Amino acid sequence: MYMTVELLSRIQFGVTTSFHFLFPPMTIGISVILVILQTLRVATGKAIYLDLSKFWTRVFGLIFAIGVATGIPLEFQFGTNWAQYARFVGDIFGSPLAIEGIYAFFLESGFLALLLFGWNKVGPRTHLFATCMVALGAHFSAIWIIVANSWMHTPAGYHLARQMKVAADGQLFPMTTDLGTAAFTVTEVALPADYVVQPTDLHHVRAVIDDFYLAILNPSTLDRLTHTVLACWITGAFVVVGVSAWWLLRGKHLEAARASIRIGIAVATVACLLQLVAADSTARGVAIHQPTKLAAIEGLSTTRTQAGLGVVGFVRWKYGDDGQIVGIEDHALRIPGMLSVLVSGKFLHLREAAQTEVKGLADLPSTEFLRTRHPGATDEELAQLRPSYWPNAPLVFQTYHLMIALGVTLTMLAVIGCTLLVRGRLDRTHSRFIRAFLAILVVSPVLAHLATQAGWFTAEFGRQPWIVYEVLKTVDAASTVVKPGQVMFSLALFFIIYLLLTYLFTTLFARMVSQGPIAGGGGHGVVEGWKPLSLRSDRQTKG
Amino acid sequence: MNAMDLNTIWFVLVCVLLTGYAVLDGFDLGTGPLLLLVKDDSERRVFLNAIGPIWNGNEVWLVTAGGALFAAFPYVYATVFSGFYDTFMLLLFALIFRATAIEFRSQRPSRLWRSAWDLAFAVSSLTSALLVGIAIGNLAWGIPLDANHEFQGTLLTLLNPYALCVGVTTVLLFVMHANLYLILKTEGALHARLLHWTKFTVPAYLVAFFSMNAATLLLSPHIATAIRNRAPVLVAIFVASIAVTLNILREIKHGHEGRAFVSSALSIITLMMLFGAAIFPNLVVSTPTLANSLNIYNGSATDKSLGFMFVVALIGMPIVLAYTVTIYYVFRGKVQLTDESY
Repeated sequence: MYMTVELLSRIQFGVTTSFHFLFPPMTIGISVILVILQTLRVATGKAIYLDLSKFWTRVFGLIFAIGVATGIPLEFQFGTNWAQYARFVGDIFGSPLAIEGIYAFFLESGFLALLLFGWNKVGPRTHLFATCMVALGAHFSAIWIIVANSWMHTPAGYHLARQMKVAADGQLFPMTTDLGTAAFTVTEVALPADYVVQPTDLHHVRAVIDDFYLAILNPSTLDRLTHTVLACWITGAFVVVGVSAWWLLRGKHLEAARASIRIGIAVATVACLLQLVAADSTARGVAIHQPTKLAAIEGLSTTRTQAGLGVVGFVRWKYGDDGQIVGIEDHALRIPGMLSVLVSGKFLHLREAAQTEVKGLADLPSTEFLRTRHPGATDEELAQLRPSYWPNAPLVFQTYHLMIALGVTLTMLAVIGCTLLVRGRLDRTHSRFIRAFLAILVVSPVLAHLATQAGWFTAEFGRQPWIVYEVLKTVDAASTVVKPGQVMFSLALFFIIYLLLTYLFTTLFARMVSQGPIAGGGGHGVVEGWKPLSLRSDRQTKG
Repeated sequence: MNAMDLNTIWFVLVCVLLTGYAVLDGFDLGTGPLLLLVKDDSERRVFLNAIGPIWNGNEVWLVTAGGALFAAFPYVYATVFSGFYDTFMLLLFALIFRATAIEFRSQRPSRLWRSAWDLAFAVSSLTSALLVGIAIGNLAWGIPLDANHEFQGTLLTLLNPYALCVGVTTVLLFVMHANLYLILKTEGALHARLLHWTKFTVPAYLVAFFSMNAATLLLSPHIATAIRNRAPVLVAIFVASIAVTLNILREIKHGHEGRAFVSSALSIITLMMLFGAAIFPNLVVSTPTLANSLNIYNGSATDKSLGFMFVVALIGMPIVLAYTVTIYYVFRGKVQLTDESY
């Protein structure tokens, strides 16, 4: 296969984003847990909450550092690998990134210093305040990055404009015209709303902001923001639950384990139940604004009423005689009519709701839309072109249904955990059932990570072939001056560095967990002089 | 050209963010090479903990400068980042390594583990400083751009002697700055040694500063033009830059360590002002075809966007400054190694 800069850059962006996105969900989620722990510490004054706060703050610090280190490449890649995209959307897309820097990163990193190193510099209330600011910063960051990303899915509040040369007599010329030595100025001329961006335009045509309010609160922002933040809370909560379950199973740090599993399960349960609503709303938003994506993730080939909701199975490309994709073969187990019901959102009138029509890939994107891209093409030619506007349906069908299966599993774990907790049975580790359940909880953070990753894959693969939905194609957005060899080199280095980071992170995280919260220190099996100071016993803390 | 239009304001704001980055991250990048000059583990830990609570926040200045450049001058962002692909990737790897090194070093007591991470920290800090300098040097010197403002050179174009000279100057500047910062943070024998080092770090930077300016004057045609056009401003900044740098040695002699550090920060600020005043209103100078340069007008976002972001920055930056000052205030004074230290 010939590796283009576009393909390599997509792989690189995918690898770096996926890897980065292992960490922020944990910090965002754990920040909520930290706020709860610190509030309990201030309210009750119990030593266990101080020990737990310190422990989870240390974990937070480690995860945050890797999150920052792996986050910087993301912001720069829009310029290094996607320069044409950066030129096209710069008037709109740069703003949320800058706002994220000013309002989120400074807040988060500034107060994190107090959080990590301020235990004996400020009092407990100030420390709680710093914790709240760090949590706020983490959430602000999520808000602005989701705003930017959502605009790529449902662009709004902008128009297209073309730069033109203005000669001395006021006549307009394209930028490519050579006016010789004559003086000219440059102006930007608005293009009609139905203008179709051509690859050759890209140095001179761009999206120009009309209304920041509409661009920021574009149709998918709120749904996707709620969905993502809840996913982060779930991930963070299950990390806490997983670690506590491990302690319970091993019979170590029992007091800490009981306290933190209670908080973890509570946050996980609330977040999971809210997620049912948020996820439903997000999917309905996709049905309205990105019907092609919905048809692909559900593997729906033809437009129909009583459309079934996929549960498990697969869909496959169907190829024509010439080897071109012509449609999909459905091999999925489905709940009849359920997709129609979900799309309509009328859960009280099921019979009526099941009659809701859901568009299939055979009609998407619409013929009218295709005609704007291919003027003069016959209906038959348009039908042949249509599959080139589909995302990779077999892939997104899997990622989407994996996310849902994991989401349902996690919700069940949270609810069962909650029930056991209320009945006071979750720490009865002599019971075989409880031990088995705790063992599942130990791996639950991995399930949560898989679910968030699968969700992102669904969202971003489902957006293809567009980088700005139905405006700019990904293939046209890559940098023109970068060579495949350069990207291959950086991609290889990213792989190596991220493998190293994975190894280091997992070993250190495992050590932190097995060490657990330190109450009064002692017993680490390390010569005192060589102990990292974080293990020494002569610690002192205000409050 | 209007006296203060939005484009000019954003030129100043992006310069302020980059200067903020250079002043703040400057001393923690400079700490890298200095780390290898002390051998004792507890001394190295004092160095690392001097920057421990704040390096993360300092790096945010770079991220925010990047975001602001994207928002205000998207064409510049696109051209520079794609044109400098390899150098920026190297910078990214260096920054990742630094963050990793400082975080992981303290996690194990093994001597080998620690000295390996110390080396990684020193090399990646040095590389970061050098690459930042090389990028700035290329922007001042000019790079070949076509009519679409796309970079026409290769990696070797970027590694020209002038850019390398600016890179080395940047490294020496940051090392000097780190030296003065660490003086504020240390006590006893280590403190005395750092005071002694200023006899080398300050003159070394001054030599590099003069060589760089001489090279600029003698070799760069478009900066020579700029100097003819606004000689009074540039000469004033140049003289001020030398004055504040020499003042460092005077303050050290009189035992005013805080003032010495402020002077060093002013050296960085005046150097950035010199750079800004020399290239304004261009952001990326195109050599040899000067007409293809990207300036604050043909490289910018629309007025609407610049105006909106100006309001955002006007509200946000005072808040940022307020808590940056607060954090530095909380962590003022000499480093005390405690249980939360690296």
